[in-house]
Amino acid sequence: MKRPPFENVSGPAAPLPLANINTDAIIPAPYLRSPSADLGAGLFARLRYDDAGREMPDFVLNRAPFRSARILLAGRNFGCGSSREAAAWALVRFGIRCVFSPAFADIFYENAFRNGLLAAQMSQEGIDHAVACAQTAQDHAHFTVDLAGRTLSCPDGQQIAFDVPAFRAEALLRGDDDIAVTLQYADDIAAFRASDALARPWIHDFGHPA
Amino acid sequence: MAAETLFGKIWDSHRIRTLDDGRDLIFVDRHLLQETTSAAAFDGLAHDGRPVAQPGLTFATQDHIVSTEPVRSLASNPGGRELIDLMGRNARSHGITMFGLDDPRQGIVHVIGPELGLVLPGTIVACGDSHTSTAGGLGALGIGVGTSEVEHVLATQTLVLPRPKTLRMRFDGRPGNGVTAKDLVLHALGRFGIAVGTGHAIEYTGDVIRALPLEARLTICNMSIEFGGRLGLIAPDDATAAYVRGRPFAPTGRLWDEAKAYWRTLRTDDEAVFDRELSLDVSTAAPQITWGTTQQDVIGIDEAIPDPTTIADLASRRRIQAAIDYMGLTEGRPIEGLPVDVVFIGSCTNARLSDLEAAAAIARGRHVAPGVRALVVPGSSAVKREAEAKGLDRIFSEAGFEWRSAGCSMCVSINEDIVPAGARCVATSNRNFENRQGPRSRTHLASPAMAVAAALAGAIADVRRLA
Repeated sequence: MKRPPFENVSGPAAPLPLANINTDAIIPAPYLRSPSADLGAGLFARLRYDDAGREMPDFVLNRAPFRSARILLAGRNFGCGSSREAAAWALVRFGIRCVFSPAFADIFYENAFRNGLLAAQMSQEGIDHAVACAQTAQDHAHFTVDLAGRTLSCPDGQQIAFDVPAFRAEALLRGDDDIAVTLQYADDIAAFRASDALARPWIHDFGHPA
Repeated sequence: MAAETLFGKIWDSHRIRTLDDGRDLIFVDRHLLQETTSAAAFDGLAHDGRPVAQPGLTFATQDHIVSTEPVRSLASNPGGRELIDLMGRNARSHGITMFGLDDPRQGIVHVIGPELGLVLPGTIVACGDSHTSTAGGLGALGIGVGTSEVEHVLATQTLVLPRPKTLRMRFDGRPGNGVTAKDLVLHALGRFGIAVGTGHAIEYTGDVIRALPLEARLTICNMSIEFGGRLGLIAPDDATAAYVRGRPFAPTGRLWDEAKAYWRTLRTDDEAVFDRELSLDVSTAAPQITWGTTQQDVIGIDEAIPDPTTIADLASRRRIQAAIDYMGLTEGRPIEGLPVDVVFIGSCTNARLSDLEAAAAIARGRHVAPGVRALVVPGSSAVKREAEAKGLDRIFSEAGFEWRSAGCSMCVSINEDIVPAGARCVATSNRNFENRQGPRSRTHLASPAMAVAAALAGAIADVRRLA
């Protein structure tokens, strides 16, 4: 599916500087029970709400201005665990457009880009600085992400570099339909399949027992 | 020809082309679907008017959200009905073979893939589930993917991925009494951590691995993702071929001979270079159990809960203290003797026939402690039937365990199988994250035999005293 092109983002950056935030934490299993679940409401549900479903005032996304956060500042190994793409969907539905972390888990990383969510790798020092800005600056709402320039501008004026592979940045900026891109190679796929059927016939020509 | 790793040989044999951006377009031999990660993928296909490219290479089951009630029907789990129905409808309308709730071949997707002969050595298997790495136990590349990639495979029978780096993890020594494949992999997680495999394909090697029976190899590779590795595999050998032979979708006759000859080439060349090498000697490892909220928080059953005040690094100290608090533990105390409320024997990690046999061997003639809820959830309907034919169900039932129907159950707790808030569970599954088995659940991961020992004692216990 064609996505809207990624546009530079300005807004509050929510600090959540914990390592190993897993996809169960990002979107708990009960929100996966129905295709129509409100994933934005479910984002970080176990951290955000108590057992009675009331907001826990200390959690960052329950505090102004982070209720309208567009950026998430996270610790190392963000998105580890389950492959559930609902983790990326929940972040996007909440309004998060960019997640910064020193390192992302592999499957989450792929899922993020396929939903127009920028997963940007930033040094721990850069994260620490941005987190400190978000927690203390007067105008802590005002962060700006420049994808083409690979910089995050902090409220104190500092610009922090981040890393995104060029092909991923370009695909985001174009809003590529990944399947359409691959289907450009339909002839290569067909040719591979034809020769592979001779090399490994047991893969392609196998019985379907009743 | 340059020396190559096992991973490299399989990857290269599936590479259709390398794209300009450096990623590889690779062919997917078998695409396995489950009900909770595929519905949106079919919606995407419908939106763009795309067909399923290779329905004959695509297979579906229903495992995550299904009820595991001993006698179940669609009415057993009204909350799961929508996704169960969607999986059935999508499979039917696209001509995809499905092993649904009423099919004798139903089961956890990572259990039935090898069991049915869908996963073969040297194949690339994709599935919308992170534990697809299980397929590596047969020498296949099992790639866990998100729903957008499920849609991509449905539409193209390919994946576009950066070629992972390679990591060799060698297990040396002689495993001690009570140390199973689960203990080996937990021990390695404690040593190497939960992110060591990120961006890597892991090959598990060494005499300890070579000696493992096939189902134990599946257990090791299953937890590759817990190291952060999307892929983990073990070189196939004669035992692999013997395991595959005669399975419903395995090749037969001339094709069997051709396949088997090819599988013999599937090994890492002596001179091949890995991007990273790790090794550990497992001789002194005791049976393992996790104490915290990531899988690297693991100790031997004879060890104590760590004391955060002895840890210099501030971030680590805080993390360990938070895990101790969440788990309701006291630092410095032995883990043995900690009272448990629930014991779960199941999941794609440890619910194959050999796992249930190991559990039953400890449970036989004994009884679950008062107040403990203990469940045995077979990994597939076939495992359930085989176990019943061997009388394991009676051993478990007489010992006070619930004998349930096949599914993911209390590993992912997306159906009704939930650990109550604040309760402590010893589980044979793969994730001990906060709230994983239910809100405020406390999970300790261990082997099936250790789980039985905990159920019998009503507390975390050393299985070596029972065996």
